[in-house]
Amino acid sequence: MKLNKYILLVITAITSVIYTSCSKSNDAEPTVSGTGKVQLEFENLVGEEPLVLNTETYKNAHGDSYNITTFKYYVSNISLVKEDGSSYKVPESYLLMDASEPQSRFQTLEGIPAGDYKAINFTIGVDSARNFAGAQTNALDPAHGMFWAWSSGYIFVKFEGTSPQSTAKGNTLTFHIGGAKSPTNTIRTATQTFGGNLLRVRDNSKPEVHFAVNAATMFTGKANVDFAALNFTMGGVNSVIVADNYASSFITVEHIHN
Amino acid sequence: MNSKSTVIIILLVLIAVIACRKGSNDAPQPDDVRFVAPSNFPQPVYSFENNAVTKNGFELGRKLFFDSGLSIDGSVSCGSCHQPFAAFANLDHSVSHGVDNCLGTRNTPPLFNLVWQQEFMWDGGVRNIEVSPLNALTNPCEMANTLTNVVDVLNKSNQYPALFNKAFGTSTVTSQLMFRALTQFMSMLVSANSKYDKHIRKETGGDFSIDEEAGYQLFIQKCSVCHKEPLFTDLSYRSNGLDLYSEDRGRDSITQNEADRGKFRVPTLRNIEVTMPYMHDGRFNTLKRVLEHYNSGVKNNPNLDAELKKNGVSGIPLTQTEQTQIIAFLKTLTDNDFIHDKRFAEQ
Repeated sequence: MKLNKYILLVITAITSVIYTSCSKSNDAEPTVSGTGKVQLEFENLVGEEPLVLNTETYKNAHGDSYNITTFKYYVSNISLVKEDGSSYKVPESYLLMDASEPQSRFQTLEGIPAGDYKAINFTIGVDSARNFAGAQTNALDPAHGMFWAWSSGYIFVKFEGTSPQSTAKGNTLTFHIGGAKSPTNTIRTATQTFGGNLLRVRDNSKPEVHFAVNAATMFTGKANVDFAALNFTMGGVNSVIVADNYASSFITVEHIHN
Repeated sequence: MNSKSTVIIILLVLIAVIACRKGSNDAPQPDDVRFVAPSNFPQPVYSFENNAVTKNGFELGRKLFFDSGLSIDGSVSCGSCHQPFAAFANLDHSVSHGVDNCLGTRNTPPLFNLVWQQEFMWDGGVRNIEVSPLNALTNPCEMANTLTNVVDVLNKSNQYPALFNKAFGTSTVTSQLMFRALTQFMSMLVSANSKYDKHIRKETGGDFSIDEEAGYQLFIQKCSVCHKEPLFTDLSYRSNGLDLYSEDRGRDSITQNEADRGKFRVPTLRNIEVTMPYMHDGRFNTLKRVLEHYNSGVKNNPNLDAELKKNGVSGIPLTQTEQTQIIAFLKTLTDNDFIHDKRFAEQ
């Protein structure tokens, strides 16, 4: 009898383990089926200040003052990382943000499998293949002025402005960062966690990821940019300097809303 | 059969037809608008993916190609500088001649056999045939337009939306569809029916004269490494010693490598008889002048191609007889069928 009691105990234990593990997935699955949307918001900043075109004056890490007349950038190849580390690559995710078009700071990802996500991966710029592919459309339409006609490839980040320190004609600043081929490849990828929070994607809700995009990071980090010495780049080694500066700090997750 | 089932059958047939049209780009085409690789050519590098040539697409591309409305002031079309009778180069112009009589810095290249090219322009900066028209459309010294404006003009025209609808199933013009139509036209510009081709394919009309044959043998010995058959270019970038120091950076402007300064894409020799003047800046007016350059004018610059400094000599020594024979051979590369092809002319 003693043995029977023991067996019973073991069976009960096993059953309850099975039940708990089953109930975990059983409970979770019905509520997270289907797909949902994720709203992305890109807030353009210079350091802590809001990025305002034309009228505001800023100072770079080297101490040069400047203003900004154009600020546009691509974010692409987005994937969302689940709690278990697996990830979902958002197909055809090519986003173009333009500071002169305020609506472009809001972007929506659709068809995201319902689930809880802890981080986001993305490319600042456009993957190599699309730089050399045939004529593209939507965000990658060359009509957006983010494609070089003379040397195929996208401008990943386009920053234009003026600085009294710039030695270029009209004191201009022209930073067209791009190039998808070694040794002057400026494609940079980043991973940002949601700070320990989970982005809950469901078929009936639209959680938000709020990004801070800091233009000032172009000019500091690995190398402080002196506008007297560097005020013009359209690809090449100087673009790599800028891309290395902003690689990890250009776009950061500020917070999420569920 | 009752009317209900008739309707269903008709619907099914319609669906099948639509599905076929969507799925298969190899639907029967009239012969005059089918891309066919010549038997003595390799496989093209352009895949035609999502852009198989159709009659309507080709005709739309041709209309766009010859439409000066694509330039900012309506004065210049693609065809203004790429003239069919000059194998789509610009006869008698050393450099491109755009809006407001603006003169560029480089010689208009001929346009044919483009689907065998991975890179475009003298410096190879453009890496896909589909976006190759973008340069001329937007260069301030060529058509001087913006892509946004071109697309806007096309959308507002009386004719184009319907033509795009016929070609692509949508009357909303995008830059992508415009580029695809132009690519359909450009991809059909195949020149492979010269006397040389007939000679190689052992067709009638392909018998070489004594001078042509002698010139061909000399060509094989002295020219064919760079001007590789059957395209008559190996598509590489080389300096042929035009200058001791090249003002035009050439390939260096793309690679940002000083060792590429003054290097340009080896041009094809097909139709060379009708594409004068010659070189990236059109400095030589005659083939005789070009061959004399190789014989006696090659400058030993630091980037001079190894093929042009063999045995301690700069250039390729060629006697007058040899030059005459090579020129006789080069003229066998003229493809009159291509140059006079009515399909490629402005309609």
